[in-house]
Amino acid sequence: MGKLNSKIPDGPLAQKWTKYKASVKLVNPANKKKLEIIVVGTGLSGASAASALGELGYSVKNFCYQDSPRRAHSVAAQGGINAAKNYQNDGDSIYRLFYDMIKGGDYRAREANVYRAAEVSNDVIDHYTALGVPFARDYGGTLDTRSFGGVQVSRTFYAKGQTGQQCLLGCYSSLNRQIKKGNVTMYPRREMLDLVVIDGKARGIIARNLLTGEIERHAAHAVVLATGGYGTIYYLSTLAVNSNASAAWKAHKKGAFFANPSFIQIHPTCVPQLNEFQSKLTLMSESLRNDGRIWVPKMKDDKRPANSIPEEERDYYLERRYPAFGNLVPRDVASRAAKERCDAGYGVGETGLAVNLDFRDAIKKQGKKAIENKYGNLFEMYKTITGIDPYEEPMRIYPAGHYTMGGLWVDYELMTTIPGLYAIGESNFSDHGANRLGASSLMQAAGDGYFVLPNTISNYLADEIRVPKISTDKPEFEETENSAVERLNKLISIKGKQTASSFHKRLGKILWDHCGMTRNEEGLKKALTLISELKKEFWKDLNVPGTINEINMELEKAGRVADYFELAELLVTDALDRKESCGAHFREEFQTPDGEAQRNDEKFTYVAAWEYAGEGKPHILHKEELKFEEVEMKVRSYK
Amino acid sequence: MNLILKIWRQKNPKTMGNFVTYRMDDVSPEMSFLEMLDALNKKLVEEDKDPVAFDHDCREGICGSCGMYINGHPHGPVPAITTCHLSMRYFRDGDTIWVEPWRAKPFPVIKDLIVDRSAFDKIQTAGGFISVNTGAAPEANSILVRKKKSDEAFDSSVCIGCGACVAACKNASAMLFVSAKISQFALLPQGRIEAKERVRAMVEKMDELGFGSCSNTGACEAECPKQIKLTNIARLNREYYKAF
Ligand SMILES: Cc1cc2nc3c(=O)[nH]c(=O)nc-3n(C[C@H](O)[C@H](O)[C@H](O)COP(=O)(O)OP(=O)(O)OC[C@H]3O[C@@H](n4cnc5c(N)ncnc54)[C@H](O)[C@@H]3O)c2cc1C
Ligand code: SF4
Ligand code: FES
Repeated sequence: MGKLNSKIPDGPLAQKWTKYKASVKLVNPANKKKLEIIVVGTGLSGASAASALGELGYSVKNFCYQDSPRRAHSVAAQGGINAAKNYQNDGDSIYRLFYDMIKGGDYRAREANVYRAAEVSNDVIDHYTALGVPFARDYGGTLDTRSFGGVQVSRTFYAKGQTGQQCLLGCYSSLNRQIKKGNVTMYPRREMLDLVVIDGKARGIIARNLLTGEIERHAAHAVVLATGGYGTIYYLSTLAVNSNASAAWKAHKKGAFFANPSFIQIHPTCVPQLNEFQSKLTLMSESLRNDGRIWVPKMKDDKRPANSIPEEERDYYLERRYPAFGNLVPRDVASRAAKERCDAGYGVGETGLAVNLDFRDAIKKQGKKAIENKYGNLFEMYKTITGIDPYEEPMRIYPAGHYTMGGLWVDYELMTTIPGLYAIGESNFSDHGANRLGASSLMQAAGDGYFVLPNTISNYLADEIRVPKISTDKPEFEETENSAVERLNKLISIKGKQTASSFHKRLGKILWDHCGMTRNEEGLKKALTLISELKKEFWKDLNVPGTINEINMELEKAGRVADYFELAELLVTDALDRKESCGAHFREEFQTPDGEAQRNDEKFTYVAAWEYAGEGKPHILHKEELKFEEVEMKVRSYK
Repeated sequence: MNLILKIWRQKNPKTMGNFVTYRMDDVSPEMSFLEMLDALNKKLVEEDKDPVAFDHDCREGICGSCGMYINGHPHGPVPAITTCHLSMRYFRDGDTIWVEPWRAKPFPVIKDLIVDRSAFDKIQTAGGFISVNTGAAPEANSILVRKKKSDEAFDSSVCIGCGACVAACKNASAMLFVSAKISQFALLPQGRIEAKERVRAMVEKMDELGFGSCSNTGACEAECPKQIKLTNIARLNREYYKAF
């Protein structure tokens, strides 16, 4: 195992976290004030960490690239947030939530972390409720829940289709309280350009003020990355368009291992691409699959309007293939099934790259009002974007890049392989294995930030209390700043002809075609060549107008795309290396006769943690073997 | 379709701005307004010219980053949507479209269509929270809330902080924005405990930052992309009088 120590506490699974908390080193209140912590990111994970650490009395600096922390990408989450409350008396428990996540992740996640995420999920719901998050309620005044894909209980708390917004505004309010108290200082419109490492420990960041172009040095005793996922590497995805991997990637190049980069979730229900300038693919929440039925015509290239295709000529392919879970199969399964039908020529719409999501039967049975109550805003949004009314005609949907299970490798304490550098929320790899179950990301992000990190970080900081305030005059700050500026200058001085976005689009297409919903060796090898060629072209023919000392959004984009080229190579390398299919990683060579993913547990029950070895050198693979002590590894079946 | 764009260009807060005319040919009705601006910017960058700066991120009407005056309306002529959701199918071949930043004293222009909305954050910092520490919350279902109240609180809580209400108001009043947060908490039992301190702190901060007063014109409600209702302002006033 070498350099990887996952630091999983001893003892039975259900007691690990309690035991850990009881024995962890603490920092006394007087010392907390003297310890500075940088938190990069203000999504559910970052804002919750910053506020919880502020409440404890640490001196926190919190960064985001938006003009306000309230706009972090978490705001866009729609469907809901899981917890094992068992309010429905339907047999739910912490163990079952844990089990569903392990199985849903296709046995590629670490048991101890997942169990803990399930354990703190109930605290998250309590906390949000106390903060005034208006979750949906029943007539008796209690909280309501709904079902999500891949599970057979109803454990998803929601606030119409705006759960992420409501949870994030809850975090934002607790963050504001700490800002007012002076425990957190907010730095919006800042982009972290690089991590500063001194004597092997994370000691600060270099940031660019996006309004003035000014380069800033910020020092701290510990640095927490909460910078979100890298799904925009496909260019078109469901993420906010400025989401990026740059902070995580820079940390990686400074020594933080990157785990399972090729595990990317493709969400089955998104608005398909309509025009060549399209900048994003809007998600239509998974919750719609509770009532919508997915189908394509039984006849190839059937161009009739959906409503005039009679019942017996419709193929409800999910219900046909997966009778036990039907339309609520997990995302990876639903996405591949849609691709399979479309590739075979049964897709609908002008491009043939779409399937129907039909509410006709649900409206007939429950009435339009009931459907409007549940999904009103999503239906409106669909109509706004496409001009089609889903109360009258089925929605057209197609899969799109959505969530990155891969991310910075962290141990049980959420620390990366750089001492003092933590990664929380979507930016780490920890809880979702090879596939994430719906509504478990908000749960993990908020759990990490509010309840896990504040407990684990003291174990490190307890040994830092004698370290005085770190000076930004140290040579490491100087060097890191110089190299960051040098890179900005390099990008701006290419003076070619093409925009950063046009390169990004082409990179995204290569990845989507060869390292998307399905992958194979030949395609992946081809992708490596194509990426390397395009990367060369980028460094020769990019154009960024303006200077580095002013607002320069083209420069911001260029930096992010440059990092994506490097990450893309690692992503494909990881996909090539994993010669099995698991969860979202579907290698065409490894499938069962009926087209399901075929794992190879004997060889691949590990986390692939990649170490950066220097410019132009191949990455070094470290394997964290996964041990399943509690759960028996089974073939994941939803039939 | 082919369009004429008249876009406000302003280098920085200190210089004067002016309208610059651009021709946009072959705009597809399936583009969003921001995708149309992306296409313009692509052209500008390829000509090594300064692209038009505007804020945006989620591009699905929820983050509140985007926002500009389009033909005299905040977020454009279609009601109840944000700029990023505005589709080009609402425009006709040959149209001239005027594009400007929010105009309000508390939101100074930073560059082109970008304005400084940090005043909104300052108001929220003043009191837009419920004081509960992490770990101190009671079991969620021990707080019962009437469904009707909870739904009403939700309707107020969907404000995205875009600033269109301020931009639409002739007094640059922030009452709709502030009242949305006040209402969300005022309607919930969790929020009642600090209701008085909250409303006083937020209103005081709002006044201090130079937002004007409300003269009940209702332009804010008409232009709000999230349909925040004027009844929130009435509730804010009631809460404020009760607070002394
Ligand atoms: C459309 C959509 C719907 C979703 N719906 C659900 C759902 O219903 N339920 C669910 O559980 N999950 C859902 N997810 C997933 C979930 O929203 C995310 O995984 C989660 O919100 C991530 O939170 P985070 O805190 O890790 O990061 P984010 O919310 O992505 O925040 C990242 C933060 O990092 C900052 N940042 C990034 N890079 C830098 C840098 N270089 N310098 C400075 N700051 C930086 C950003 O400014 C931002 O503040 C959805 C995702 C999408 C795309
Ligand atoms: S009240 Fe409406 S217009 Fe004003 S900031 Fe909120 S969402 Fe925007
Ligand atoms: S870009 Fe997020 S609301 Fe328009």
